[in-house]
Parts: sequence; structure tokens; C-alpha cells
Amino acid sequence: MALKGNLRDFNVTQLLNLINIAQKTGTLTVEGPDAISWVSFRAGKLIYAQMGNEDGSLTGILTRAGKITSKQADVIKKNATEKSDQGLGLLLINAGYLSQQVILDSIQQYVLDIVYQLFTWIDGLFRFDNGVLPPSDAITVRMDLENIIMEGSRQTQEWELLKDEIPSLDMALTFVDRPGADIRDVQLTVEEWKVVSYINPKNTLKQIGKTNRMNDLEIRRIVYGLVQAGLVEIIRPEGMPLPPKAKKLPPVDKKEQASLVNKLIHRIRSL
Amino acid sequence: MQTVKMVVTGPFNSGKTAFIQSVSEIDVVSTERKISTEAERIKETTTVAMDFGRITVDDDLVLYLFGTPGQKRFDFMWEILAEGMLGFVVMVDSARPETFREARGILQTFRAYAPTPYVVAANKQDLDDAWEVEDLRIALGLDSKIKMLPCVANDRDQVKSVLLELLFSILEESKE
Repeated sequence: MALKGNLRDFNVTQLLNLINIAQKTGTLTVEGPDAISWVSFRAGKLIYAQMGNEDGSLTGILTRAGKITSKQADVIKKNATEKSDQGLGLLLINAGYLSQQVILDSIQQYVLDIVYQLFTWIDGLFRFDNGVLPPSDAITVRMDLENIIMEGSRQTQEWELLKDEIPSLDMALTFVDRPGADIRDVQLTVEEWKVVSYINPKNTLKQIGKTNRMNDLEIRRIVYGLVQAGLVEIIRPEGMPLPPKAKKLPPVDKKEQASLVNKLIHRIRSL
Repeated sequence: MQTVKMVVTGPFNSGKTAFIQSVSEIDVVSTERKISTEAERIKETTTVAMDFGRITVDDDLVLYLFGTPGQKRFDFMWEILAEGMLGFVVMVDSARPETFREARGILQTFRAYAPTPYVVAANKQDLDDAWEVEDLRIALGLDSKIKMLPCVANDRDQVKSVLLELLFSILEESKE
């Protein structure tokens, strides 16, 4: 079974939401306009990323982060040709050149930079390979996706997408009841907190936006991020009248209807 | 003679006609026309008004299956077809993520026409590119309570399963 498509139809925010909610383990390959990227996940957590046209080795990452100079990187590469990233990391820590924290922070930032870059790709083929993980000697991290999805959604400017995802501002919001989905663990902006503080089945998105002096794009963008991060869901507000029911064909009598449906079940089984 | 109807809806080329053909006892009364738009030329013909299949239950009861036209420009037919339906099936082409958003829109539209029970059929599960049912559920933003069923529309047994699940939901609702 495949999980593949084009970012035009299913964007990076939606992909990360799916990986997060389904707690997937595997590697997402995205072929962007100029590069190919691989992002790996374990049980819905971001653990690793590589960008095809960049040096994603530990020396490359540390050089990029300004933790070692290019000259030092060249020396390391010459002297530690046989070493894996894990081996090299241990060597640097044991020699007292860098702390474990500095190495992990640098890798984490490198991985995040790649994923944030992916949010800017609006076209490109993607494929998720279940169970495929980075090489066992690579250094991996472990990051919750909620914050990353929120950050990516903040950059979403596509009005059409937001309108498709949140067609009506007459709906309300409620917090989701999902293990691990705790809004207190997510770093929200002041504007996002303003929206969160008004989440209540009685308050429509329109009312929340108006109270916070946000225009339709702003409220939609914030709500889109919260929904995609799996923290809230859109519901019909309390007291909102249901749409008029279409006419039902007779019988409307419940007993009679049950008997009719049982006949249909029997007939379809016999087909 | 009593007649009841169920509607099979979904985006263009999601497999509605094949679904009805698999279980109908008559040749499906189809209103297919050659496709005129280049962009939609995935297949040779498409349904422009409705498909129409029949399953006779007994001398007094007949079930009609109506397939809606998939192309957006024929959506004026949807409300007409939805009127009085017992329930509906939303067909989704599991291998074409470009149609998922449209499928969700169609589902919401039909729910607004009539809050009758419905199931979602994840069609074309036999294709290599098909998304898994649970991935599709997340992509479509469907609650875990909504029945989402794997399907291959030209496999009669699978079509029967989808229809039976819909009928079970209708039965449940009639007990409430």
C-alpha cells in the first residue's frame, strides 16, 4: 500500500498531520523543485532529515551550525574516514571538543530547517515508505510534530486552501480528546493563545475573530494550524439550527422501517 | 409496490457506475456521455445525469441505486437525487489524492441535503497506489465513528459488504 501523491493535492502540513495522528514510522521522500528530501519518523515523532543537495553528515551539520570551522571539518574528515556519525560524535564528546547537547541541538536545528523548508514547497511528488528508517549508525533526534505543524501553518498564505479547509466561520471549536494532544505542550504565539482562550462550543469562529480583531484570513490561518496539529476540531456550535431535513420516503414508522431494512439486508446477502 | 433508494456519490472517476453495475439486476440505466474536456479525459465517458440500478427484494419492495454525476458542473442533479434517500455511499478513489478534498466537499454537501446514514467506500484498493483506509480517513478528516470500508467496485462481494454496512447503520438509526 502506498502513501504517495503530489504536494499540490496534499501539502506538507497535511502530511505531517497524518503522520502525527497515525503515529507512523517510516521515511517521507519529497521531490521538490530543485532538490530531494528525506524525512524520517518513529511513532509519529520527527527523528531525522536530509536534503539531497546538502552535506548532511555530522561534520557538515556542525560546520553549518558554526560549531566547528571548515578547516577543522577537513581535518576530522581526513582522520576519521571510517567513523560513522555516531562514532564521530562520541569521539568529539570524549575528546572534550563538543558536548553531547551541542551536537544534538545542532542536529535538531538542521532537521527543523529542512522540514521548515519543505513547507515552502507547493509542488512536488511525495512518497512515504512505512518502516524505512535512517541507517542505524546515524544520530537521530525525537521531536513532537505539533509545534512544527503550527510553525508551518503560520507561513500558510494560501487563501483558497484555507477557505477549502475552513469553509464556514459560523462553526465552533473544541479541544480534541486524543492521547498526547495537549495544547499546553505546544509553543503558541500570543495571537494563537487569544484564539485558544475563546475555544468554547458556544463561540463561533466569526465571534472569536471579531473579539480578537482578526480578519478572516488571520482567524482561518490560526484555526487551520490548530486543527492540523491535531489539537482542536471544528464542531457545530451549540444552539445552531440543523439544516432542514430532506423529505423521507414512507415508511417513517421506525418499526416498519426496521422491517423494511431487514428485508433489504436479507436480499443483498442473497445476491 | 414500495420503492426505496440509496445514492452512490463521489468525485469524477471514483467508481460509482462500476459499483452500481456490480449488484444491479438490470443493466444500469446510464446517462454516460463522451468526455469533452481534455483535463477530465482519464476515461472515455462519464455520467452526466445519473446512473440507475435496481435490486428487487420481493413483489412489494424494490431498491433503487442512484449514482450521481461526478463532474462538478452537473451538481444541480445532486439535491434532486438526494431527496428521500434511505442513506448514501461516498466513493473515494484511494489512488488519487487530488480528489480527496473534493470527496470531502461532496460528503458535506450530501450531509447537508439529508442527515441520513452514510458510509465511505475507499475504492480501488486493488491498485498499487491506493492509500490505506486509515490514512484516507485522516486525509478526509473523518471521525473514527464513521464507517470507512475498503472496496473494489467491480467486485460484487465487496460492493455487497459496503451496502450491508450502510443498511446496518440505517437499521441502528431506526432503533434509536
